Amino acid sequence: MAKSTVFDLIGPVMVGPSSSHTAGAVRLGAMALKILGTEPLEAEITLHGSFAETGKGHGTNLALVAGILGMHTDDERIPQAVQLAEKKEVKVRFKCENLGEVHPNTVKFRLTGGDGKVVEVIGSSIGGGRIVINRINEFQVEFMGDYYTLVLLHQDLPGVVAQVTSLLATAQINIAQMHVSREKKGAQALTIVEADQAIEPAALALMLKLPAVYQALAIEPLE
Amino acid sequence: MRTYQDYVQLAEERELKIGEIVLVEQAEESEKTESELRERMRLSLNVMRAAVQTGLSGERKSLSGLIGGDAAKVQARWKSGESLTGERISGAIARALAVAEVNATMGKIVAAPTAGSCGVLPAVLLTVEEALNCPEEDLVTALFTAAGIGMVIADRANVSGAEGGCQAEIGSAAGMAAAAAVELSGGTPGQTGDAAALAMKSLLGLVCDPVAGLVEVPCVKRNATAATIALAAAEMALAGVESKIPLDEVIDAMNEIGKQMPCSLRETAQGGLALTPTGRRIKAEFI
Repeated sequence: MAKSTVFDLIGPVMVGPSSSHTAGAVRLGAMALKILGTEPLEAEITLHGSFAETGKGHGTNLALVAGILGMHTDDERIPQAVQLAEKKEVKVRFKCENLGEVHPNTVKFRLTGGDGKVVEVIGSSIGGGRIVINRINEFQVEFMGDYYTLVLLHQDLPGVVAQVTSLLATAQINIAQMHVSREKKGAQALTIVEADQAIEPAALALMLKLPAVYQALAIEPLE
Repeated sequence: MRTYQDYVQLAEERELKIGEIVLVEQAEESEKTESELRERMRLSLNVMRAAVQTGLSGERKSLSGLIGGDAAKVQARWKSGESLTGERISGAIARALAVAEVNATMGKIVAAPTAGSCGVLPAVLLTVEEALNCPEEDLVTALFTAAGIGMVIADRANVSGAEGGCQAEIGSAAGMAAAAAVELSGGTPGQTGDAAALAMKSLLGLVCDPVAGLVEVPCVKRNATAATIALAAAEMALAGVESKIPLDEVIDAMNEIGKQMPCSLRETAQGGLALTPTGRRIKAEFI
């Protein structure tokens, strides 16, 4: 694990009561919003495990809605998030469901944007306000939102990863972490890159032009 | 792995406070200037002050309705001059309850080290400030001292109730606050470590057994009692009382105890106070 810093121990500045069930929930919502990439019109939020059982008393539902409205963990409007969503005419629906073998503090978002775009995001709050995103639509992923993140869906072919990293190098984007996985040899593969610099739309467009790349998504880090 | 003994040794060699050593180290590691880091810490201090004020006003209730108004009750006795334990102790109790109540009622706080234990450090710092009239710069430095203790705990053990029980949250907060109080009172670097060790030893083995899984019962009131433990530990250390077991070894012992603690007593609400008849009734009524 990374070495802790002073502001991990004196911090975060946050609206209570729980770093995992409130602050982490805001960050999960904020990450789902970034993945959608536009203001949501509808949100279906499915709570699992401890989120479903003790979420009410921790304001987890309010915190998740605050996140998809773009609030930070220290925003004092978090307790009014549900009313704010109504005011903004964002339709929010909550469900409780067993999502299977996942972390006890797990949530599934199904967000619909103004442009009709729909994303499904599953993420967990893993303690101290830190989160991990486990799934985007049908794809298993794993990233924590601390870096600029690139998610690429491509064919499993020799040289694709080299083409992608070469585009990143040309754009002066430094890779912090990278993970490549595939369904089976030659089939669909998923590459996740966590980078120090923003992945600009121009670089993303070049990646989408690569014949083997099916989908590319650039996600900003959480503050 | 960090040791607190290293911080003490460096502070003694360079004739600096522990907080100043921590600040220099963080500036190097984060590639930020010391004044940037001090400014960020000052903002956290301001949030702590605001939370004390908000909580003492006593007008908030938690979502469950269990928490709210106790800080104001203690404040009334503190201000009436009839306090049994004296102005400083009753002031610390009221302030710790105030911040923990703000947290439980979805107000803004600084986790220190966690949200559940957020009342201890502000209560102790602001009580010492009132007693000694400390300049704000010293309070900011003392927050770096507290963070230094916390970082050693995070390295050698953890500050999570789910991993190490309440001792890891409220015990760590008391240790951090005791060290900060000693530094603000002019104690030596070694005495900051003694104070933290004495405070943490008093809370070793404390389990995390929240009623209905909420950060309310017993969490809020443990902030108040931990603040008084921190002040008692600081008093002893300033008098020259030493901890026979050094801080680093106390932290390692806390880690071992946490590993031996059953899962039912680590934030799962499946044991201890959570399973008392009243604890179960509260859960049934609310959920």
